[in-house]
Amino acid sequence: MKTFKMGGIHPSENKLSAGRPIQLANIPKQVVIPLSHYIGNPSEAVVKKGDFVKVGQLIGKANGFISANVHASVSGKVNKIDVQLDASGYKRLAVFIDVEGDEWLETIDRTPTIISECLLSREEILKKIQDAGIVGLGGATFPAHVKLSPPPGKKAEILIINAVECESYLTCDHQLMLEKGEEILIGVSILMRVLDVKQAAIGIENNKKDAIAHLSKLAEKHTGIRIEALKVQYPQGGEKQLIDAIIQRQVPSGRIPIEVGAVVQNVGTTFAVYEAVQKNKPMIERVLTITGKEASNPGNYLVRLGIYLASVVEQAGGVPANTGKIVGGGPMMGRSLMNLNVPMAKGSAGILFIKAEESLRKPIQNCIRCTKCVRVCPMGLEPFLLMNQSERNMWPEMEKNRVMDCIECGSCSYTCPSNRPLLDYIRFGKTTVGSIIRNRK
Amino acid sequence: MNTIVLALIILGLVGAVSSIILFFVAKKFQVFEDVRIAQVEEALPAANCGGCGFPGCHGFANACVSAPSLDGLLCPVGGNQTMQKVAAIMGRTAVESAPTVAVVRCGGTCDHRPRTSDYDGVKHCFIAHNLYSGETGCSFGCLGLGDCEVACEFDAIHVNPITKLPEVDEEKCTSCGACVKACPKLLIELRKKGPKSRRIYVSCRNEDKGHIARKSCDVGCIACGKCEKVCPHGAITISNNLAFINDDACKLCRKCVEVCPTNAIVELNFPPRKVKEESLV
Repeated sequence: MKTFKMGGIHPSENKLSAGRPIQLANIPKQVVIPLSHYIGNPSEAVVKKGDFVKVGQLIGKANGFISANVHASVSGKVNKIDVQLDASGYKRLAVFIDVEGDEWLETIDRTPTIISECLLSREEILKKIQDAGIVGLGGATFPAHVKLSPPPGKKAEILIINAVECESYLTCDHQLMLEKGEEILIGVSILMRVLDVKQAAIGIENNKKDAIAHLSKLAEKHTGIRIEALKVQYPQGGEKQLIDAIIQRQVPSGRIPIEVGAVVQNVGTTFAVYEAVQKNKPMIERVLTITGKEASNPGNYLVRLGIYLASVVEQAGGVPANTGKIVGGGPMMGRSLMNLNVPMAKGSAGILFIKAEESLRKPIQNCIRCTKCVRVCPMGLEPFLLMNQSERNMWPEMEKNRVMDCIECGSCSYTCPSNRPLLDYIRFGKTTVGSIIRNRK
Repeated sequence: MNTIVLALIILGLVGAVSSIILFFVAKKFQVFEDVRIAQVEEALPAANCGGCGFPGCHGFANACVSAPSLDGLLCPVGGNQTMQKVAAIMGRTAVESAPTVAVVRCGGTCDHRPRTSDYDGVKHCFIAHNLYSGETGCSFGCLGLGDCEVACEFDAIHVNPITKLPEVDEEKCTSCGACVKACPKLLIELRKKGPKSRRIYVSCRNEDKGHIARKSCDVGCIACGKCEKVCPHGAITISNNLAFINDDACKLCRKCVEVCPTNAIVELNFPPRKVKEESLV
């Protein structure tokens, strides 16, 4: 079975919420929609206090090319535009809306019928994707239209859909594939049209056999789309790793996937593209997995953006008593949340409750030169060396050792028998070297 | 005998030719270095801390010699004394500058700032700062993980294990600025040492609105503006919900310290106030 060549680990999967149908999250009295939940410039608010907004109405306008629109996810009155704490405790501008009814924009098609015909031109589709504020739902939340507009002179040969979901615990993409398979495939054909490519491959890890079977059956009707079952291996969901696994091409250091003729999109993004293009529905909600070994009711929820995570958690049975840490996202790439009074953002994929006894770090010991970290690094770096250099502030040496290639997957820290905080130091070095490089330009 | 003479002549000739070549090569590739650079370097403290803004003491000596005047050049470690020595070597007059010292602008000790979370990661301010805002509700305050302590080459700043805040040893601090660069929260500032080391400064960097700042810390600046109004010298300005005292204009009258409702303004090394007689009665 296919997988990427270099490195990788296989943590216990713990897909506790697999097969749980997607439930609608209750809408509370107030939602708070952050104006920046993606890489790039924050958007500018186009509503003001007291305005009545409908579901799907534009409230934040993209500011520049690498930026995305923000839409109201509920209908109601704008209470205020103020700062709101984000998941890491820093303040960001957000629009507070007091919910009144559930009034949608007339242009949005809310019927469940599936529209497979798409006769729009490439530019019209791109415009719709950009207007709908779609960002990559894999985690990096990079605006989707940027990836879909390759730089001049570059041509994509294949569209790769990332349905790997290699993070433990998370099941939101898995469940979406089972419930919205047909829509996803139509979304893929729309993206193929935009990129003008003849083939597309959907990469799914082999621990989701039902999704592979379901999509393979549906894909027979669509020309050029194939389903690739992949060996379960973390971090297969990394863009460069997935390209390696599916078409056996390696993206050179410091380059982007289009250089080897591939464009990668997340499966959730594909569904959002379908909704935006065929149903005129902007990005106002996404699937969120709430899980944990002691969670009373692990499950998948369709959550409108801006709903406080605390409200969704309450609906899912509350925080388990023996919780030491709450992580936003998966256990490998996710970050601990300071509190649950954080609004749902476009990049939120999961809420994970970690038991108190599993949540603490073990004491750091000396490096025993076992090179386990080197063997598991999917980018072929030497994490132990980078950490040492980072501790000693050796920035030029770190740059030579390709610290900027690090995808921050955390495999090195996971595997280290001495519990060394490899990724923490490498990320520190990467931030510093990154700013040195930016200042040089 | 003959062999010895021959050897002497040949060696002598080789020596003479080589010395002529070496003479011209040395002339051609001569690098002129002002002798005063070495002299100035001798007068400097040789700490190589970089506090002057030049790469090491040699770099600073070079700059002193090549600059038209000593304006703006200061060795923070040696202070005015060293600069006078340098001026004597250069035959110029030294510009007197007030000595400065590092101050930590955060007063949020454990008693004043309630904790909202526990940090279990690497004990390194920069790493913690990149991850999240800190263990307390104040996202501007000190993380207490000691990057400044590691950066200080003079053993002058230490994190107090009880208050979890760094404290500056005035005797040892040379105001080289290494801690200023190391602090990811930009809390440390180089301020004038003041007469008899008397200083007044706002010990807070919180730019939140008053009620938010108050919630997260008892001694935070809430930007009420009382100090700005009471200051007779116009030394205090409030911007971004934060008061700042300009140490050039401050006359150390201590009026602002008295009016500050949250005790965010700190006075250092002043004699204890005289208790007014009326209040005793």
